Amino acid sequence: MAAIHDLECRGVRKRFGAFVAVDGVSFGIPSGSFFSILGPSGCGKTTLLRMIAGFEEPSEGDILIKGRSVLSLAPNRRNVKLVFQHLALFPMMNVAENIAYGLRCKGVARGEIARRTADVLERVGLPHAGSKDIGQLSGGQKQRIAIARCMVLDPDVLLLDEPLGALDLKLREQMKIELKMLQSQFGTTFVYITHDQSEALVMSDRVAVMNHGRFEQVGAPRELYHDPVTAFVAGFVGDSNRWPGRVLDRDPAGVRVETDSGLTLAACEAGGVLRRGDAVEVFVRPESISVTGAQATDATDATDGSGEHNRQAGRIEGTLFNGANSRILVRTSTGEQVEADLPQRGPDIGFENGAPVVLAWERTGSKCFARAGEDPAG
Amino acid sequence: MIPSIRPPRPFMWGYRACVLGFFAFLIAPLIAAGLFAFNDSLFASMPWKGFTLAWFTGDADPKIGLLHDRRLLKGLAVSFLVATLVSIVSLVVGLTNSFLFERHRFPFKGLCYMLMIVPLVIPGVILGISILVLASGIANHVESRFGYDPDFLRPGLPLVILGQASFIITITSLVISARLRKFDRSLEEAAFNLGASRTRVFLTITLPYLRPALIGSGLVAFLVSFENFNTTLFLVGSDAPLTVTMYDRMLKVGSTPVLNAVSLLLMVGSGLLALVSVFVQLERKAPRAGSRAPISRGAG
Amino acid sequence: MNQRSIRRLTLFMLLAPFLLWIALLIVLPHAGIFTLSLREKVAPLVYTVGPGNYLDFFREPIYWNTLLRTASFSVLVTALTFLVGFPIAYYIAKIAGRRARGALFLGCLIPLWVSDLVRAYGWMILLRETGVVSSFLQWTGIVSVPVELLYNDATVVVGLVYTVVLFMIVPLVSTLDGMDNSLIEAGYNLGGNGLTVMRRIVIPYAMPGIVAGSIVVFMLTAGSYLTPILLGGKNSMWFTEQIYEQFITRFNWESGAAFGILLLLFTSLTVWLGLRLSGQSLASTVARNEA
Repeated sequence: MAAIHDLECRGVRKRFGAFVAVDGVSFGIPSGSFFSILGPSGCGKTTLLRMIAGFEEPSEGDILIKGRSVLSLAPNRRNVKLVFQHLALFPMMNVAENIAYGLRCKGVARGEIARRTADVLERVGLPHAGSKDIGQLSGGQKQRIAIARCMVLDPDVLLLDEPLGALDLKLREQMKIELKMLQSQFGTTFVYITHDQSEALVMSDRVAVMNHGRFEQVGAPRELYHDPVTAFVAGFVGDSNRWPGRVLDRDPAGVRVETDSGLTLAACEAGGVLRRGDAVEVFVRPESISVTGAQATDATDATDGSGEHNRQAGRIEGTLFNGANSRILVRTSTGEQVEADLPQRGPDIGFENGAPVVLAWERTGSKCFARAGEDPAG
Repeated sequence: MIPSIRPPRPFMWGYRACVLGFFAFLIAPLIAAGLFAFNDSLFASMPWKGFTLAWFTGDADPKIGLLHDRRLLKGLAVSFLVATLVSIVSLVVGLTNSFLFERHRFPFKGLCYMLMIVPLVIPGVILGISILVLASGIANHVESRFGYDPDFLRPGLPLVILGQASFIITITSLVISARLRKFDRSLEEAAFNLGASRTRVFLTITLPYLRPALIGSGLVAFLVSFENFNTTLFLVGSDAPLTVTMYDRMLKVGSTPVLNAVSLLLMVGSGLLALVSVFVQLERKAPRAGSRAPISRGAG
Repeated sequence: MNQRSIRRLTLFMLLAPFLLWIALLIVLPHAGIFTLSLREKVAPLVYTVGPGNYLDFFREPIYWNTLLRTASFSVLVTALTFLVGFPIAYYIAKIAGRRARGALFLGCLIPLWVSDLVRAYGWMILLRETGVVSSFLQWTGIVSVPVELLYNDATVVVGLVYTVVLFMIVPLVSTLDGMDNSLIEAGYNLGGNGLTVMRRIVIPYAMPGIVAGSIVVFMLTAGSYLTPILLGGKNSMWFTEQIYEQFITRFNWESGAAFGILLLLFTSLTVWLGLRLSGQSLASTVARNEA
């Protein structure tokens, strides 16, 4: 690709003694997009971010901003601004002084500073907050000031290190939308780090899922959700039923798998070609399972593994009510526990505990990956 | 015995009486020392002979007041000079020490930290004689070897300053370290990220954050130096600080209530310093609490 | 210059003042008095190395009696200070209302900031023959002639307790203040009475504060000079007085240095023992308390 990326990492690796925190990460982010790095704590995402900002030096690899390597630049010379996890607003200064800090460092003239500060405050929707103390701001306002403090410097890339982590749930939901709006309004490339998949999926144009210092998959949120390429991504992004098992046999449409507790399923290979006898994990999303009352259909324990559908009889064990996202827990006759979405419409079967039901889902709904740590070929 | 668990009433009344008695015990000598500064008598003792300000302003023998007592005034000036210099030295070394122990790793750090605390548990008298012995030893050596007498190593103000700083540095180091430990490093990184140089980060972020600790420990250093007696006693030369001057007078029979006048002055002075330091501590707990109230009232 | 060499340079620049201070004002001076204490005068300006100064100390009963007296008084004063200080600290931290607490604590801090000299002087004015207490007693008719209340051991002990008690109270208040009231409530809830809760919950919790306070109080007492002399008179037999006598009056620095080393050994040993018995360290008590 000839296009110049706002931010590009080439084989970036970081070792702390024997521990490899970031293990050869390469990616490029096109201009003006919202890019998220999603991973559990300790996966190396913060180290990667700190290398981009210049607070750590990579052991190997190169980091380029607007096509130019920045490794030799000190952190105060890089035009990459960082919104810290706890925001790091300066408590000894008021809002305007916080925002003006970077401009003062650059030696911008007084009037110009005042003009640009007022301008950026307007853009984040807090036009009269300049004289306020940091302690007077609400959590959401602090977020916006932290972003404004960086944006006033026109950075090439804005890095955000889980800035929503400290907020309570309601405000976090609201800030997700606000952040996305701010990004499209400023048009600056955002690199957002989080362990919260919903933050990453909601806001981002593209998401990289990171685990053990590596990128497992990079793609649009929709791709990650519907077509995960590794078991880790399938398990980490969205909720799934997850069963370990073995491949019974293969057919042109996919594989048949027997789970460890004896359930036989039709599944498709999502992470590469599998062979008979391979140890695998099967992931089935609750929303791809349809639940019907046992009376309405043929109640035989039909596990029609070779056909289009997986069918499974069981009894309801409990209901997890959560409005539109309510689920039921079903114990199958083989003893497996299955979580399925509670049907919102259709025939009203009594979803009481102990009621018999039939679960059905398509073959493409069960994604099958070689089990972690075991070579599918072996 | 906390607000939610109350023992019998009579017990609580007895307890309160004891606490009250304790505070009376605490304040009684201070009141006595202060009150007799106004007694129109040649001695700081009973009976009460009427109110006078002569022990502050008097200029005729035998009632020479504080304002005309040359030796006491000299002592006051010397104490001010010494306390100011000791505070400056202790603040500078305390600041470098706190950065050394909070931000760096080096061999024998644990041992060094112990050495930093130890001066607090060495009796002041011993600090005084040990510095006296070392300084005199070096001075004697230099004199016999080069035929030049290094005056500053003989008992006098330079030794007094060094002697007091030897343990006051520990106090400032500990206070500043405690504050620095609570500092959120990401504030420095944020400033760095916004384009500030190292010096600028230190001056605009770190130092303002440490300000309450610097003011607080500076005040403590000033006061401890001003009131020090044990260490100073052995290192003092011809210019005696106030405490030593006062002590010499107290031992003399027939000292006048001018000593009470000085005592009152010292009490008022240290009381004011104590109040200032308490308010600095309060500010440290709630930064900018003062400016918050009026603005939020205006907004609401 | 790269980041690492900047860091090394900073480290050296920070180490320099620390090492200068510790070496020149603490370590070398103490090494100095130690060597001096081992020097014996055989003839004018002729010296040998030997333990003579220490032997003199043990040979002369008045010297070691003074040290023993200072030691036992210091322990007594420390114990009394704890007995007086703990209930007061407990009252301030746990019983007093919110506003009273601040006022009482300030009431403790302000006298703490007043010079020892002034405080001892105040006692002299109260207690001397022509002082306030004596006059009061005559006025009430309890005594008919002026009484001298200064220059006796009881006055010295009371005066010392007075001088140092705030150094016990202040760390105790901050320790007890940090203790969650629900710990005490839980103690009662689980069936404890006032005494067991105090002994099993409050005192163990406050241990770092108690040890810190005790160490400081003990050091200040054993090393005190003004209070014993002003309230106990010139013959109060306090060990620091002996050191002064040897150094300044007799100009016998060798034996003064030996006395200094003995006082230092004695106080360090006691502090070490106190830390050992209570399972605390200097860093966890004195350093924290000071900060």
